[in-house]
Amino acid sequence: MERIPVLKMGPFLLVTIQVDLYDRLALTLENDLINMVSQTGARGVLIDISAVSIVDSFMGRILGNIASMSRIMDAETVVVGMQPAVAITLVELGLTLQGVHTALNVEKGMELLNTKLGDNLELDDEEEEDQDDRND
Amino acid sequence: MNTTAQVLEKNKERILEKWMQNQLSDASLRDDLMTSDELQHQSKEMLDGLLRAVSKGNYDNIYDTEFEQVTDTLRDISITRARQGFSPRETGAYVLSLKQAIMEVLIEQRKDDPATLYQEIMQLNNLLDNLSIVTFETFIKGREEVILRQTDEISEISTPVIRVWDGILALPIIGTLDSARTQVVMENLLQEIVNTGSNIAILDISGVPAVDSLVAQHLIKTVSATRLMGAECIISGIRAEIAQTIVHLGIDLSNIKTKASLASALQLAFSMTNLEVRRVDRNKGFKLTR
Repeated sequence: MERIPVLKMGPFLLVTIQVDLYDRLALTLENDLINMVSQTGARGVLIDISAVSIVDSFMGRILGNIASMSRIMDAETVVVGMQPAVAITLVELGLTLQGVHTALNVEKGMELLNTKLGDNLELDDEEEEDQDDRND
Repeated sequence: MNTTAQVLEKNKERILEKWMQNQLSDASLRDDLMTSDELQHQSKEMLDGLLRAVSKGNYDNIYDTEFEQVTDTLRDISITRARQGFSPRETGAYVLSLKQAIMEVLIEQRKDDPATLYQEIMQLNNLLDNLSIVTFETFIKGREEVILRQTDEISEISTPVIRVWDGILALPIIGTLDSARTQVVMENLLQEIVNTGSNIAILDISGVPAVDSLVAQHLIKTVSATRLMGAECIISGIRAEIAQTIVHLGIDLSNIKTKASLASALQLAFSMTNLEVRRVDRNKGFKLTR
């Protein structure tokens, strides 16, 4: 059966959807992705949908589901490269993908994930940094 | 029965003269839009047609073939006048002043026969009233055409997407936002975001006359679509009245960044992209170079 590959890039997972998603494929992807997150302990998931030209409400729901599931497992989801037509369709369907981060392209998505991760790390290291400041 | 027509035909020159006098003496005549020669020519043509039609003895039905020429001429005149920007009053006065001229002449001619005069005046009155209705109809139709053309033109003026800074787009919306327009605005904006790779879009609604729940809905849609693309959207140019309507209508804009002016929206956009605008102290630089 056709599968969409999930690539591991450091602390993030990268999924590039190059084909139009049909329902079963989307469900398989959701399954694979969540398993991957749990296996690798990834901190972020990047889904590139720049090649997707058709979405429906189901697709929108799957994206939302992936984001919610990942968040429970402490991973942020970023959807990147959405086509204007796709964005308009989703809005008209009333799906604004709450809780999903978006970025224009993979590069910016990576940047966003890095800052999100950076913010979290900073919170952990805050005390240390304070000490460093005093030493300066 | 044709005597009325004969009397009128005999006094055609006088009627025309009086009519011209009436028209020219009217204070509201726009001699800047039309020369008196043109007016004379138009009026003569019109009067010729009218007398020809009346000579057939038809005073009632202006939609008959005899009147075709008259109504056609009248329609032409009204349409041209509507396009030239004459007021309805001026256009109406054109036919009504003819009535006056004809009445004056008839009264002179029929001094000794009030009964016939009365009947003739009644008939002509009716006829000319009908003609003036035709004038008005056509005048309004002409005006409506102008309005339709302008509406088309306005909607054709696309909403421009301006790149105000590297990564910052501005979209001034002028005029009412309806569904069709929102669609165009949204498509333009999203496409431009893709083309320029911008992170921030500023929607400036200072040119939107009123915001009701439907317009707000459209704005929220645009903002959501921009977000889905991975860009942030700021709405600016919210005037006091608009803020009041939005709150009174209970529209929730709390999860959308809003600013009062384009300047403050730009400032917010700068701080979101970690940019800073600073004043350069020229004097200091000058001293250093010296």
